Amino acid sequence: MRLRALATIGTTVLLATTGCAVTAKNDAGVSTGSTTGGGSTTGGGSTTGATTAPKIKDVVLVTHDSWNLPKKLVAQWEQQTGYHLVVRASGDAGRLTNKLVLTKGAPDGDVSFGVDNTFATRALKAGVFATYTPATVPAGVGQYDVAGDDGSHLTPIDHSDVCVNVDTTWFAAHKLPAPQTLDDLVKPAYKGLFVTPGASTSSPGMAFLLATIAKYGDAWPDYWKKLMANGAEITDGWDQAYEVEFTQGGGNGKRPIVLSYDSDPAFTVKDGTTTTQALLDTCFTEVEYAGVLAGAKNVPGAEAFVDWLLSPQVQAKLPKSMYVFPVVAGTPLPADWATYAKEPTQPLTVSPAQIDANREKWLQQWSDVTSR
Amino acid sequence: MLSLREVSVRYDGVCAISGVSLDLPDGEILAVLGPSGSGKSTLLRAVAGLEPAEGSIAWDDRSLAGVPTHRRGFALMFQDGQLFAHLSVAANVAYPLRLRRIGRQERARRVAELLELVGLGGYDARLPGTLSGGERQRVALARALAVEPRLLLLDEPLSALDAGLRERLVHDLRRILRAAGTTALLVTHDQDEAFTVADRLAVVREGRLVQEGPVAEVWRSPADPDTALFLGYARVLRDGPAATVARAAGVSVHGDVVVAVRRSALVLDETGPLSGEVLEARLTPDQLRLVVDVEGVGEVDAVGGAGSHPAVGERVRLRAEQARLSLLH
Amino acid sequence: MERRHLPLTRGSSRNRGSSRNRGSSHNRGSSLSRPLGLLALAAIPVAVLGIFFLLPVIGMVGRGFRPEGRWDVPGVLAVLGRSQVQSALWFTVWSATVATAVTVLLGLPAAYVLHRLALPLRRLVRAALLVPFVLPTIVVGIAFRVLLTGPLSWLSIDGTPVAIIAGLVFFNVAVVVRAVGAAWESLDARPAEAAAALGAAPWTVFRTVTLPALRPAIVGAASVVFLFCATSFGIVLTLGGLRYRSVETEIYLLTTNLLDLQGAAALSLLQLVVVVLLLAVGARLRAVPPSGQRVPVRPHRPGVGDVPQLLLTALVLGFVALPVGALVVGSLRVEGRWSLANYRALTSTGSHQALLEPATTALDLSLRIAVDATLLALTLGLLVALSVTRRTHSRAERRLRGTLDALFMLPLGVSAVTLGFGFLVTLDRPPLDLRDSPWLVPIAQALVALPLVVRTLVPALAGIDDRQRQAAASLGAGPLRSAVVVEVPVLWRPLLAAAGFAFAASLGEFGATSFLARDENATLPVVIYRLIGHPGPMNYGMALAASCVLAATTAVVMLVVERLRVPSLGVL
Repeated sequence: MRLRALATIGTTVLLATTGCAVTAKNDAGVSTGSTTGGGSTTGGGSTTGATTAPKIKDVVLVTHDSWNLPKKLVAQWEQQTGYHLVVRASGDAGRLTNKLVLTKGAPDGDVSFGVDNTFATRALKAGVFATYTPATVPAGVGQYDVAGDDGSHLTPIDHSDVCVNVDTTWFAAHKLPAPQTLDDLVKPAYKGLFVTPGASTSSPGMAFLLATIAKYGDAWPDYWKKLMANGAEITDGWDQAYEVEFTQGGGNGKRPIVLSYDSDPAFTVKDGTTTTQALLDTCFTEVEYAGVLAGAKNVPGAEAFVDWLLSPQVQAKLPKSMYVFPVVAGTPLPADWATYAKEPTQPLTVSPAQIDANREKWLQQWSDVTSR
Repeated sequence: MLSLREVSVRYDGVCAISGVSLDLPDGEILAVLGPSGSGKSTLLRAVAGLEPAEGSIAWDDRSLAGVPTHRRGFALMFQDGQLFAHLSVAANVAYPLRLRRIGRQERARRVAELLELVGLGGYDARLPGTLSGGERQRVALARALAVEPRLLLLDEPLSALDAGLRERLVHDLRRILRAAGTTALLVTHDQDEAFTVADRLAVVREGRLVQEGPVAEVWRSPADPDTALFLGYARVLRDGPAATVARAAGVSVHGDVVVAVRRSALVLDETGPLSGEVLEARLTPDQLRLVVDVEGVGEVDAVGGAGSHPAVGERVRLRAEQARLSLLH
Repeated sequence: MERRHLPLTRGSSRNRGSSRNRGSSHNRGSSLSRPLGLLALAAIPVAVLGIFFLLPVIGMVGRGFRPEGRWDVPGVLAVLGRSQVQSALWFTVWSATVATAVTVLLGLPAAYVLHRLALPLRRLVRAALLVPFVLPTIVVGIAFRVLLTGPLSWLSIDGTPVAIIAGLVFFNVAVVVRAVGAAWESLDARPAEAAAALGAAPWTVFRTVTLPALRPAIVGAASVVFLFCATSFGIVLTLGGLRYRSVETEIYLLTTNLLDLQGAAALSLLQLVVVVLLLAVGARLRAVPPSGQRVPVRPHRPGVGDVPQLLLTALVLGFVALPVGALVVGSLRVEGRWSLANYRALTSTGSHQALLEPATTALDLSLRIAVDATLLALTLGLLVALSVTRRTHSRAERRLRGTLDALFMLPLGVSAVTLGFGFLVTLDRPPLDLRDSPWLVPIAQALVALPLVVRTLVPALAGIDDRQRQAAASLGAGPLRSAVVVEVPVLWRPLLAAAGFAFAASLGEFGATSFLARDENATLPVVIYRLIGHPGPMNYGMALAASCVLAATTAVVMLVVERLRVPSLGVL
């Protein structure tokens, strides 16, 4: 009994000290950020002020969960510039945008990456971003600017297309021609074969809804009714749709038609060919932007970061790290991508302003059609 | 009639009771008396069917082996903690009647009758949590009697009560049991309780049955010195002193003698055959209690009638009452 | 015959049911000092709750009420009239009720078998039952879907409310088993034996004697389970396939997607109302006069009459083991063959660099944060439990105590989204600029675990006979010393049980943690979520492997706690 009591107390003390150790480490890591950040409020004023005011080391990036650049690349940039990158990643583009809007004025960081074209208008209207345009904007970037903003607040960094993908091997095995267009998806031949993440909980899902709105205009609810009647499955996240339900996903899914990205065929390469194909007539373009946050503590650092995102080294790494296409024209793509990942020539689009104005109404309608 | 033959109960290899055999005729009350830890509660639980037992337990010559507790028809009463806290007094007493699907009017009548019997008329709506210990035990008794059980098993029913209350209740208990004609097995460590309530007495020590029989007999002739002491005999005398006292009481003895004497066996008497010196004297409301160093005997207890006041150190004479001592074998 | 009519009130019947109400009438002092003393004891927990819970929640809800700087209460209330909101509310209420009922029905026989019967390995099984608590809902959702679309597809319940309820039961059956089981262990056996002797068959004894005695524990467990079910988010989404909307999913949608703070505020208010109602009802149902002394009962060997319960328990265990089994099997298969590659890959950062740090680092971090959170939760919970169980005499004090008790249950009933965003929105200005504080995540986790800790400690402390304290005091021990002598021996085992629960809860906490992620250092559930979200051959398998590691860690910790634990007096 005494032995047990001693053992318990000993274990507790041990755990307490090791437990607290990490908070001490966290303290050390973050406190530099907060003390220096809090210390010099005048440090980050204008670009000219950077030479006279003491330089803040930390650049805080507020982004979403899919942020993923190689550590070596980041380390290179840090060495070159003397900045230290602190990443705050959580949620998806929607949550990111809302977080920025809610913390406007006292932002959580200095620079943001990940607000996309479906949420850009909301962020711009709320005045989340400060004006900044990189001194040299590479060719091809301008076409992705948000209409109306023209690159004064948001700088495009990457783009990708959300498209319907099919498992070509499955269709070959079942001797069925694969669907090609949105209209095909409601045909009886493809009953019960389609799975998509939902528009209200997933941004690719939202993109798909927008694609149908772009294609069918005000008649889009009818299309969705037919889609649901044809046995379409709605999941809450892309991962569920792809990994669990898709026949080429990690689990043993049963549905060979899934909503995903145009870059996915590059990831399902087996024995020299890809087993999936993106239906280029069903694509909706997503562009991701970066911008300096209004009220940031480290404006020069934020600006340097945005510039760096457009640099050739970063643009070249975007495909493999974040499964997106670079915006800078002429950036070399990885071998698999060049061969298997085809981009649509005429993707479906809806203007960001329209999205912002009608989003709620569209989502309510969509929910009504797809729920029971 | 309850018959036990060679009943034993084992816990984790240790024998709590072993080889107990006794009979309890209908309508009689048996007290199982023994010190704490002697296994008497275990015996009771075995009879109730709550403990697996070896040996034979039979009622009216039909074995109860394999009969579950709720079919034996034996009611149980513990020293505390058995009332259903969420039911009122009346509901508690009515519980066994409801089990037997007795109609509401009949139930109400029985409940009122029983509560009157135990002296708690009018307590119907009270909750057990608001009753005193004695009241709770009375409710438990009423409940146990509600179905006129074949056998009532009482496990130290009065131990949790204070002395004054216990004295009052012990007489009530006997009266109620006799009035109802219930066969009862009472387990207790208090010999006064056993004497007052029971007809038969069984003495248990370390799991074994030491002596069994009608109360008066057992009381008069304890089986061995330990039993005698437990039954309230003040001292056990051997050999010489025993012989001296026995002869003083007019009992002829031969050979080795063991005599158990009650505190009131030796009485102050100027004409008595024994003499000794007073070592202690204490006056109680009923009598004078003395400790006397008697010649040829040693230190013994004695009593004096009211009116005699020997002082410590005084020499006195005593006689021995035959009725208050017992020859052991 | 003398009859004693003792003028007792209901309140004093709490103290052991003894008629002699010799309460602590000595240390009365001024009538104000006692409530003040109570408040002082509870000051720290209340302050923590205030800053890290009330403030963020009020901040978020306040934004809804003041959309453009002007109060707009009617606008908020108008939200409640929307048909989607009403159908979401209806779905939440009925699904939570049904799930709670099923959980209690299945949990009772399992509680009996695992706490009252002497079966081998029961400690192991009890520890293993807590594993569902820890698994991230997304992983459970996947495991369920894999089962329901694969081996169990003949049930055809995929995407139906039945699947949702099955998921909710899976998570929560452990709460019922442990709460009711602990109470059952220390239940006085004598009323049941007396009833059996009076002629009641075993089922009748259970129905008329045991169940009423267990009512406080059952009601306590059921209210916690109801709260968990009503605020469940991941299960409804993943298993309902977006076809079923609950209040929680609506709040999530309104806040993170539509930024409709008015709507979110209205729904948060609704949630709070439901929680408060539930707590009130629960408190009322729990008020049963206590039975006598607690006599610990040895577990007995199973008999023939126990067969139905054993079968039901086996069913429950099988039901809990299936999804976990699916996870384990999934983690051991690589491209159709059995392999440990997924586990080995946990030291890497996944295919295509899905992670910024290897999963093993995340596990290490998770464990440490869980330790911090557990210690916090225990300290705060102990203070709360102590203040809530002081003997009180005035009604005002009793009300204060009751309010405190209910206040600390609130974190269970509020959406993680509201709390998470609330943190960002309210803790951003000095003197409360705590957004960067490393304590934020442990505190958030501690707040979620706090109700469980309090619910475990309060019954244990409340069961201490006040006379023991008085005896210590009369022997010369000051209040602190008598507390140590009397309360610590009773407390340290429920403390351990509470520690185990808090540890499991914070290991698996995902909602608030994901909102508060500050840097690359992510906890394991967040990492699992990221792995699943990145395509790549190994990532899915790694996510399953990481979930199994998480589950195994919890089971081991709970086993250790079980070893040190003996029949406790707690309600959890």
